[in-house]
Amino acid sequence: MGEMDTLKKEADGLKTQIEAARKAVNDTTMAAVASGVAAAPRVQLKNRKTLKGHLAKIYGLHWSADNRHMVSASQDGKLLIWDTYTGNKVYAVPLKSSWVMSCSMAPSGNLVASGGLDNMCTIVNIKAASPKTLRELDAHEGYLSHSRFLSDTEILTASGDTTCCLWDLETGKQKVIYKSHVGDCMCLAVSPDQNSFISGACDSSAKLWDVRDGGCKQTFIGHTSDINAIAFFPSGTAVITGSDDCTLKMYDLRADQEVNGYQDAALNAGVTSVSLSSSGRLIFAGYDNFNCNIWDSLKAEKVGVLSGHDNRVSCIGVPDDGLGICTGSWDSFLKIWN
Amino acid sequence: MAQTNSVGQGSNGVADESPNMIVYRKMEDVIARMQDEKNGIPIRTVKSFLSKIPSVFSGSDIVQWMIKNLNIEDQVEALHLGTLMAAHGYFFPISDHVLTLKDDGTFYRFQTPYFWPSNCWEPENTDYAVYLCKRTMQNKARLELADYEAESLARLQRAFARKWEFIFMQAEAQAKVDKKRDKIERKILDSQERAFWDVHRPVPGCVNTTEVDIKKSSRMKNPQKTRKSVYGPQNDVRTHSPTHTPAQEAKPATEEQLQDQINYWGGQLDRHRLKMSKVAESLLAYTEQYVEYDPFITPTDPSNPWISDDTAVWELEASKEPGQQRVKRWAFGINEVLKDQVGREQFLKFLESEFSSENLRFWLAVQEVKKRPIREVPTRVQEIWQEFLASGAPSAINVDSKSYDKTTQNVKDPGRYAFEDAQDHIFKLMKSDSYSRFIRSSAYQELLQAKKKKSKNLF
Repeated sequence: MGEMDTLKKEADGLKTQIEAARKAVNDTTMAAVASGVAAAPRVQLKNRKTLKGHLAKIYGLHWSADNRHMVSASQDGKLLIWDTYTGNKVYAVPLKSSWVMSCSMAPSGNLVASGGLDNMCTIVNIKAASPKTLRELDAHEGYLSHSRFLSDTEILTASGDTTCCLWDLETGKQKVIYKSHVGDCMCLAVSPDQNSFISGACDSSAKLWDVRDGGCKQTFIGHTSDINAIAFFPSGTAVITGSDDCTLKMYDLRADQEVNGYQDAALNAGVTSVSLSSSGRLIFAGYDNFNCNIWDSLKAEKVGVLSGHDNRVSCIGVPDDGLGICTGSWDSFLKIWN
Repeated sequence: MAQTNSVGQGSNGVADESPNMIVYRKMEDVIARMQDEKNGIPIRTVKSFLSKIPSVFSGSDIVQWMIKNLNIEDQVEALHLGTLMAAHGYFFPISDHVLTLKDDGTFYRFQTPYFWPSNCWEPENTDYAVYLCKRTMQNKARLELADYEAESLARLQRAFARKWEFIFMQAEAQAKVDKKRDKIERKILDSQERAFWDVHRPVPGCVNTTEVDIKKSSRMKNPQKTRKSVYGPQNDVRTHSPTHTPAQEAKPATEEQLQDQINYWGGQLDRHRLKMSKVAESLLAYTEQYVEYDPFITPTDPSNPWISDDTAVWELEASKEPGQQRVKRWAFGINEVLKDQVGREQFLKFLESEFSSENLRFWLAVQEVKKRPIREVPTRVQEIWQEFLASGAPSAINVDSKSYDKTTQNVKDPGRYAFEDAQDHIFKLMKSDSYSRFIRSSAYQELLQAKKKKSKNLF
């Protein structure tokens, strides 16, 4: 088919031109610029608290904006809301489907969301007299891999049907659909100013979206396998991705390309989750090899390890005040470190 | 150091689909080096009481080899990596079902490539039943079933009651073939087969490394996936779990999709890209500016509640008294002031003292209406319009004519984002004008000095 071939040639030609344009601004490397900076201190974190209560693999966790409460989701069919400091379980939300993949909490602390193989995002009001299902957002055609609230009235979801979506919680309807990925969307993260968000997918690319108009503003390539985890650098000008190809990458939005890579020849496990410290200097990454590694984001060197889990680290989170970090694992425990 | 090719290619040339393939290939590269005749681990046959133990090496051999040949510094890391490789079944302890690496004289053997996890085995329970049944036919002490295996066998006998005759026949046939094999060969094959099942049906309490994340398993369309039985012809037992949904075939890009791609990349071509040097400098500068606010690098004052069990730092945060460190942060940028509730209050207070607070009040009101329930939005929008933008408004703000016209239109059909353009314009104004005045003001300087003064008085 002549038409298809011409189109293919044109598409490939454009991609080559863009790679050339990206290379053109590559006047140095992050390693060179960071060589003059003092090394990050060797980070030795201790396990301060272990939250026990789940009976099966933990698939997701999310800190509350109050830096003290947290929601976690497990395949035992429950969402647990914890007061992490005391270790008490404040609420338990039973789920209709136990094949849950993610959970999140609204900034107000009033709502939690969960979703998974049921293709739905279920919103629960935990401040009601007894936790009550507020909405079931049911329009995705694939599993729900991730969700993040923008407020009590809007939530973003990422799905295995290759799209992300912005929902209005009052009507329960989709407001904006973000279409461009050609593989399952596995993760998303919201920018500090809430005007844009990034998504990582099984097509090995990460995309930056405008929340309001649904347009894909930028696409970042370079990974060679599924991107399982994604996070914004606290300045909002760069993003970190973690992938099944055993590496993490930092992409800068202004340079429109990868600016740093975090890999280790001895490391042979996929990255499942990623989170950053308040200044962005430290990257915490959870792996399939039961550990969490700590990377210096500027020098791309490993500066520490968190070991203590007996199975894969599936999720990780640093609260807004940056005082600690929580890891969740398939061994059913959540651990807080500092 | 192993230089792995991160884009894995299956043996038949097809790109590896399974997300775990990259990891399997990495492990297999290490195994290949371990098995190298010259530089690998020395494999030997050990004479024991009445017989020989063929083709083994000790746990310490493995650990030593790793420390020497891989980029590993200590025993702990070697044991961790080795245990993971054992748990995936690449080598195994010959006398234990539990697959871990011990740094001692325990004997280990390599697994045969036929049983490697990269072949994507998903052995059915019928295969496991045949295997356990066969074991009971071999009357050697070392082949006695462990408790958990006996339990599994009992369960499987109940589950497959109807086809047990068929399973029994298969087990018998296999036992017959095994008997004919050379004794030494049998020892090795038996142990490898057992290790295979230790990976796929692990001892209760052990990590099952064949467990796949449900996000991955529901889309695996691995062409190499071995659907056939480990031993014989097709055993037709489908597991009924949601993870076995039929995978969709990857479709080649359509004309429409290609056109979309062309449009997208065409638009991206001329975007402005900042130089790497500038970008790197800016990221560096950010981390340096915020390093004192990063509790992982700079210890907090008062102490971190997770370490000292003292919640003072949280109480301070919630109080209305901003500490010097917190006030200092407001000077980093307008977003820092607007993020912090106390910062907003102080900013507003300052502007009110100058009778120029309408911009900030408008901005705050618009932020607030975006979070209101939809039924309250039209009224609020009208109120904001009357207060700030209508002719003769009591707190008139100065917006450019384009935004003003757009807003006038929006207000006729009010939604949450009716004031988006006006808010953008006002934000820019605040940033360059009101905010810079605030930071240079004596009110702000006083707050910055306040803590210092207080501590001075203490002495």
